[in-house]
Amino acid sequence: MSEQEVKNLEEIFEAKIARDEKIEPKDWMPEKYRKTHIRQISQHAHSEIVGMLPEGNWITRAPSLRRKVALLAKVQDEAGHGLYLYSACETLGISREELYEQLHSGKAKYSSIFNYPTVTWADMGAIGWLVDGAAIINQVPLCNTSFGPYARAMVRVCKEESFHQRQGYEIMLTLCRGTEEQKQMAQDALNRWWWPSLMMFGPTDAESTHTEQSMKWKLKRKTNDELRQQFIDQTVPQAEILGLTIPDEDLKWNEETGQYDFGKINWNEFWQVVKGHGPCNKERLQTRVDAWENGEWVRDAAMAYSEKQTAKKVQKAS
Amino acid sequence: MSDKKKNWPLWEVFVRSKNGLEHRHFGSLHAADEEMALENARDVYTRRSEGVSIWVVESKHIKASNPDENGEMFEPAADKVYRHPTFYDLPDEVKHM
Repeated sequence: MSEQEVKNLEEIFEAKIARDEKIEPKDWMPEKYRKTHIRQISQHAHSEIVGMLPEGNWITRAPSLRRKVALLAKVQDEAGHGLYLYSACETLGISREELYEQLHSGKAKYSSIFNYPTVTWADMGAIGWLVDGAAIINQVPLCNTSFGPYARAMVRVCKEESFHQRQGYEIMLTLCRGTEEQKQMAQDALNRWWWPSLMMFGPTDAESTHTEQSMKWKLKRKTNDELRQQFIDQTVPQAEILGLTIPDEDLKWNEETGQYDFGKINWNEFWQVVKGHGPCNKERLQTRVDAWENGEWVRDAAMAYSEKQTAKKVQKAS
Repeated sequence: MSDKKKNWPLWEVFVRSKNGLEHRHFGSLHAADEEMALENARDVYTRRSEGVSIWVVESKHIKASNPDENGEMFEPAADKVYRHPTFYDLPDEVKHM
């Protein structure tokens, strides 16, 4: 294709996006659009898969059957969401094997929040309330993103996830209405998960290298800082209902802006965790790789069975 | 070799009515091969600009669930109320959840 032809195609493409038309897998798209989407959708898929691990830690130790089935259903959803997202990503011409390889080799990233440990039962409450709360704020605008398969996957994900945050908040509420010790456990979980949750929205707009291009392609519809502010404004009143204190001395309602002002985020910690030095980075990745390798015989057995059945059918037919 | 004349196989037709929407099952038709199936699908199902994309797949390649087995297939989801947001009790004053 000549340079002029590519330029024409790019113009048609940009105009489509500007008109809010969706891009489908067989449509022409700039190579950078394809690559950026593979990166973002696969990171999102990896986050769903690795996101099962901190919660998996508590399934066998949930305090009641009610809590256990709810947590199990939530983790099950996350596996399903990983699958929807990997499938959407595969429409861009990358194979599932390549995607897994990128995760297992550490080349691909997943949400840093999952590199923190889940040390008490209250962490299941805090994760549902804060981590899923932040994820929902990130994901709702993606239902309207420009790449069709990603947008359609997100519609399903958002619908199914609506119970995740509520089950977390219900855990927090029960603890906060319990003994002093239980309430303390809830406060401790909030103290540990608050700041990492704010970091889930990514670097500030000034520091974010991908935001501008992603906004132009409508891959992102709101900036990191806008989403973070929305999360804080929604979550502070929810903490008040629980009777818990947000661990930020600078947090204050600002009459003028109609929003909460908040303290400085420790970006050094954020980058440390992104670079692999968080409390659980190694453990999470190792658990994931082990699960994949230990499951190999199951995948092989299913394939061998299928081949045997096919051979039988062929034999019968001849 | 059998003297019987071979019939054109059956194809299922899926049409995307506009970008952003999924392909939907529109119906089926007979055709000798996939190219003909695609062209016939265009002529039969998109005469009034009903679509921007067509998929055809030979019907025999679709594995369908058996309605007689709907009980064991779908009933297990019926008693899992905890998969729905309404299962969780939250006070009315909690907003944005």
